[in-house]
Amino acid sequence: MARTITYQQAINEALDQEMGNDPSVILMGEDIVGGSGADGEMDAWGGPLGITKGLYPKYGDRVMDTPITESAFIGAAVGAAASGLRPVAELMFSDFMGVCFDQIYNQAAKFRYMFGGKAETPVVIRTMYGAGIRAAAQHSQSPYSIFTHVPGLKVVVPSNPYDAKGLLIQAIRDNDPVICFEHKSLYQTEGEVPEELYTLPFGEANVVREGGDVTIIALGLMVHRSLEAAETLAADGIECEVIDPRTTSPLDDETILESVESTGRVVIVDEASPRCSMATDISALIARDAFGSLEAPIQMVTPPHTPVPFAGSLEDLYVPDATKIETAVRQVAGYSR
Amino acid sequence: MRDPEIHRLTMPKWGLTMTAGMVVKWLVDEGGEVAAGDELVEVETEKIASAVEAATAGVLHRRVADEGDTVPVGGLLGVIAGPDIAPEQIDLIVEEFAETFVPGEEAVTTGGPSTQRVQVGDRSIRYLALGEGGPPAVLLHGFGGDLNNWLFNSDALSTGRTVYALDLPGHGESSRDVGDGSIDTLAGAVTGFMDALAISPAHIAGHSLGGAIALQIALSEPARVASLSLIASAGLGPEIDAGFIEGFVAAERRRALRDELQKLFADPALVTRRLVDDVLKFKRIDGVADALRKTATGFVSGGAQSHYLRDRLGEITVPTQIIWGEMDGIIPASHAAGLPDSIETTLLPGAGHMPMMEAASEVNLLLAGFMERAAVTP
Repeated sequence: MARTITYQQAINEALDQEMGNDPSVILMGEDIVGGSGADGEMDAWGGPLGITKGLYPKYGDRVMDTPITESAFIGAAVGAAASGLRPVAELMFSDFMGVCFDQIYNQAAKFRYMFGGKAETPVVIRTMYGAGIRAAAQHSQSPYSIFTHVPGLKVVVPSNPYDAKGLLIQAIRDNDPVICFEHKSLYQTEGEVPEELYTLPFGEANVVREGGDVTIIALGLMVHRSLEAAETLAADGIECEVIDPRTTSPLDDETILESVESTGRVVIVDEASPRCSMATDISALIARDAFGSLEAPIQMVTPPHTPVPFAGSLEDLYVPDATKIETAVRQVAGYSR
Repeated sequence: MRDPEIHRLTMPKWGLTMTAGMVVKWLVDEGGEVAAGDELVEVETEKIASAVEAATAGVLHRRVADEGDTVPVGGLLGVIAGPDIAPEQIDLIVEEFAETFVPGEEAVTTGGPSTQRVQVGDRSIRYLALGEGGPPAVLLHGFGGDLNNWLFNSDALSTGRTVYALDLPGHGESSRDVGDGSIDTLAGAVTGFMDALAISPAHIAGHSLGGAIALQIALSEPARVASLSLIASAGLGPEIDAGFIEGFVAAERRRALRDELQKLFADPALVTRRLVDDVLKFKRIDGVADALRKTATGFVSGGAQSHYLRDRLGEITVPTQIIWGEMDGIIPASHAAGLPDSIETTLLPGAGHMPMMEAASEVNLLLAGFMERAAVTP
């Protein structure tokens, strides 16, 4: 039965239920229990935002606090996966990926290929991304395109509680390394989620809103900003189709192209830096495979090519908002040769 | 003032979650004469598109809602009345409606109760109960469906009787356990449901697989059945599009499932993206695919129906009618031919395997009329 829960609860429930379902699922990460090795209450934290709270009392040693060394515990998770477990590692901020990049990019992603298909690495790395909470340049980035670039990795960017649960369970059951990017501003958003276990296949975009005038492609938090813009634009008679690819690797090319073929006008909204990004990647895909359908140049709404600013007023200007999306849509909708 | 000859055509409520609909296209001009059951206006919701029919005969004097307007449930779409009514009087009706209509309230009150659950043996069964009075009606959906398959019917049938629409085991939000998946087991779950809610006898209407279950109950426990309405029913012959059953169970992605769902309707445009998404959400739940597979083996094997009771129709003692869409691509309408004379048969042109959705007003009239007559016949 479906009921309304938050994105955060949906993730906790996915971990809880799949741990109950499969004894090979383990969790590791910094402070995901909270209290390990110190005096005081175990399960005090459940991660910096409490996402894993309640799992230690239920599953004991299968939920492990790790030292603050990403290279060590992500490496351990990759090794545990290669030897038969299904670890879900929580990497607190995706900005810290640099510390353990070799373990992900040059080890986990390569095992299946380099061991002649004989090794599987069913590891999941959950990580928090995104700007907007005044956390400055080192805790606010959206680096999903870096991992999308690496063959051998699968990359998930859920935008709502239903997708978060279904994609995480799919990620745990998947036999390849999967990185789940969770936007920090989405944890408290609510949506209908079935109580039962379910999976969402990778590479299946969600058409969040149907419309025939302009296609908007957006991920994570940007889906919500795009919907906001679409509502304003609808009042002026511009109907946007909003597509959430849900996974960047694999990417559902077909749904994107199908929509562009019917609208001919495209805006891509991406919270990541504007160069070598999902926005440029999808833009190239459309330019190559749907060139004949395009009736206006493709527009990209992204932050400027700078670190995420610390000053609140600048950070607000940095992240794409509904107004910027609206402007871009009006531009492509009104374009004529 | 509520002149009985004046009919206020309002936005219907199709399904529990509908709060508003968009007027796509008027099918009748202002001043046009209409008969009861005529399609007047095409309406689209988030989930489904259909036509609103005239409840009474008369003249469509006023099209209040314009094409493209979104109108809340219960909101005024148009006014139908006798030919001689003065335009000023129509103006008054429209004004009065605009002054007194409260959209939110109407949407809530016409929504009625939400779904409920009842424990039947080891299973939890979800159901919707509407209306009051007896004998009640029990609506059984088909393979892969759920109680929402009756969204155009349950409300219309609930005048003067309680209507129960339930999710069969393995379907909708009922327990996933389908036992051996046989028609007997499913029929047992339905009679268990009737026992749990003290429903007996009941008018049973079954669609497709639900028809085979209804038929099984009428044969094994006729005392529970006040009348039997079989819609595009399984269990009446060997032919079935087994490829649909396999494809439906196997489809994991939107396009594959859309292609299968379109086979159900004569007009494939009725399969909206939202409809496909809803079915996908159901199919993705752990255990659903197994339950469906098991249920499929309970009535289809080797590309044909394995459980059919056509030869035993003569044994049925309760009033029985059969309704079929002429363009049914899943189970051929020819199964409705050559049946005992005591069975009333109606073929609906232009409808596929889902006549209760595609030809809702006709099916509602047929079901309600049959149930009323069966209730007074000893």
